[in-house]
Amino acid sequence: MNGRLGQLAGTLAFPLAGLALIAGIILLGGKSPALGLAALVSGSLGGAFALAETAIRACPLLLAGLGVAVAFRAGVWNIGAEGQIYFGALAVVALAPVLGLLPAAAAVPAAFLVAAAAGGFWAWVPAFLRTRRGVQEVISTIMLNFIAIQLVSWCVHGPLKESSGQFPYSDEIPASLMLPRLLPPTRLHLGVLFAVAAAAVVWVFLFRTLRGFQLRAVGASPEAAAHAGIPTERSVWEAMAVSGALAGLAGAVQLMGVSHILFEKFSPGYGYTAIAAALLGGLHPVGVALASGLLGALEAGASAMQREAGISTVIVYLVQGVIILSVAHQAARRRAATEAIRQRGAQEV
Amino acid sequence: MTGLEEFLTGTIRLSAPLILAALGEIVAQRSGVINISIEGMMLGGAFAGFAAGVATGSPAAGVMAAAAAGAALGSVFAFLCVVRNADQIVAGMGINIAMVGLTGALFRALFGMESLASAPRLEDWPIPVLSQLPVVGRVFFEQSLLVYVCGALALGIWLFLRSPQGLGLRACGARPEAADAAGVRVGLTRFAAVVFGGTMAGVAGAYLTLAQTSSFAENMTSGRGFIALAVVIFGRWHPVGAVLAALVFGGANEAQFWFQARGSQAVIAGVQVHIPYQALLALPYVVTLAVLTVFAGSYRGPRALGKPYVRSR
Repeated sequence: MNGRLGQLAGTLAFPLAGLALIAGIILLGGKSPALGLAALVSGSLGGAFALAETAIRACPLLLAGLGVAVAFRAGVWNIGAEGQIYFGALAVVALAPVLGLLPAAAAVPAAFLVAAAAGGFWAWVPAFLRTRRGVQEVISTIMLNFIAIQLVSWCVHGPLKESSGQFPYSDEIPASLMLPRLLPPTRLHLGVLFAVAAAAVVWVFLFRTLRGFQLRAVGASPEAAAHAGIPTERSVWEAMAVSGALAGLAGAVQLMGVSHILFEKFSPGYGYTAIAAALLGGLHPVGVALASGLLGALEAGASAMQREAGISTVIVYLVQGVIILSVAHQAARRRAATEAIRQRGAQEV
Repeated sequence: MTGLEEFLTGTIRLSAPLILAALGEIVAQRSGVINISIEGMMLGGAFAGFAAGVATGSPAAGVMAAAAAGAALGSVFAFLCVVRNADQIVAGMGINIAMVGLTGALFRALFGMESLASAPRLEDWPIPVLSQLPVVGRVFFEQSLLVYVCGALALGIWLFLRSPQGLGLRACGARPEAADAAGVRVGLTRFAAVVFGGTMAGVAGAYLTLAQTSSFAENMTSGRGFIALAVVIFGRWHPVGAVLAALVFGGANEAQFWFQARGSQAVIAGVQVHIPYQALLALPYVVTLAVLTVFAGSYRGPRALGKPYVRSR
């Protein structure tokens, strides 16, 4: 009994400490946590508009989060989703004049392909650096995020600046590239369905194909996988390419479904939130979808919280960080428990 | 001051936080723990240093507060990764993201959005006699106290790693089973090493807010913690190597400011070229990637780096 209670306390320790910390900070700023919570809930779940906002914020998180999950499953620490998102969106905007010439039915798939290729390319760089030059992707992907953000900043101040040349953002993409709205007047767009379909495809890839199996085997134990004749390097390349392509798609969907223009700070850190989504979802497509919904609700609610209770959205990152820490803690506790059982079993034999 | 003196002085100023953070990370990594959250710990130290500096008016109090914040974060990381054997990369990412939120929210709560609160500056401390030397005097001996601390600590850590205790620590990072069998307390050693690393990252953060600028901005470390990780690799996990490596990155950063101050104009082969400021801002990251691309593959880290140690019965 005591063990049960202790286990429960251990499970809740991080989330509770995080909640107390957040309430404390809000009080410190002279704001009301109760008002904040009310705004958080009504802004994410209260009515059709709020639910649509939650869904459209969950959409890039789900796509990029699936990408992060694929990479982490293969033991590749891709924390470069942020840069890959920017690259996907940048490629679509850069090629928008050409893509716009296509008939509407072909324009959107073509734009998706372009974005996936661009995101995949930006992820190919760290994969190349890791397999050929021994550069840890934890460092290279972060560096590439900063470089991509500066590249986009230069583009929207320079070659991709809107036609009148006054403002630092791109021209609006052609109407044929805009994703149809599903429930006007809400902003819910077709990309949400596309993201859910992507989750299904990733599930099939990871759990029903040989390549997916090999990728997971490499992540579980590179030595064992190599011993079994699995080409580990190829799995790293594939995982990164798929991961980057999904993040690139996240950028495209955000561009084509919501913003319609590219600008500096186009992504409010979706690539980092996607890491929280992937880990909270247990690196499983269904889990990532649920976690993206939750984190999307948090993002949508936080905007309302800032508007109505004056509490800055930056606090969302604290929540995400605490989520990641408690996931890491839980995983370690589970591993320790299995290990204890295994050792007890070994002693009895 | 001549242009060269100015450039070198600036290089050292910009290298100092990288050196401080990298020295701490070297100790942690040599004990077998990879802490990618020095980015978040620097950010925590930057904020704690700033807040305590503003509150007390004393930069020394700011540095102390930053060290304490770094040590506290180091303890959280060590609890998760050394005591509970959680995944070091995942826990590191968690702390990094959490600290963006924590420092950002605390900054707004305590100082408000439009606040121009400014922390007391950590003044330069010219060393008598030495600072009078030509060129090197101004470059090396007219710096903030923390810069001298960098030099002293690099030597101190070098000596420590060669001492019997340092050998024990290195054994934890190379062959923890052997260290354990020889009576070294692996968990305790790693815990202490991580807390030391966190403390140093905190002080490195304080250098940003108390010596380089006297203000705080959301997510102001902007990847410096990861550049410090690159410094560790490029410096081959050696304290003196890290100092030299950090100077390369500090120099790249100073070059960026140097170009910006000159209107981003450069004359290449007799042609006046305008360099976009975004290219300058990206320069430190490009240099980091380039250096790792050339050198990372040939340098090997501690054997048990990143692997939790679980004693088998």
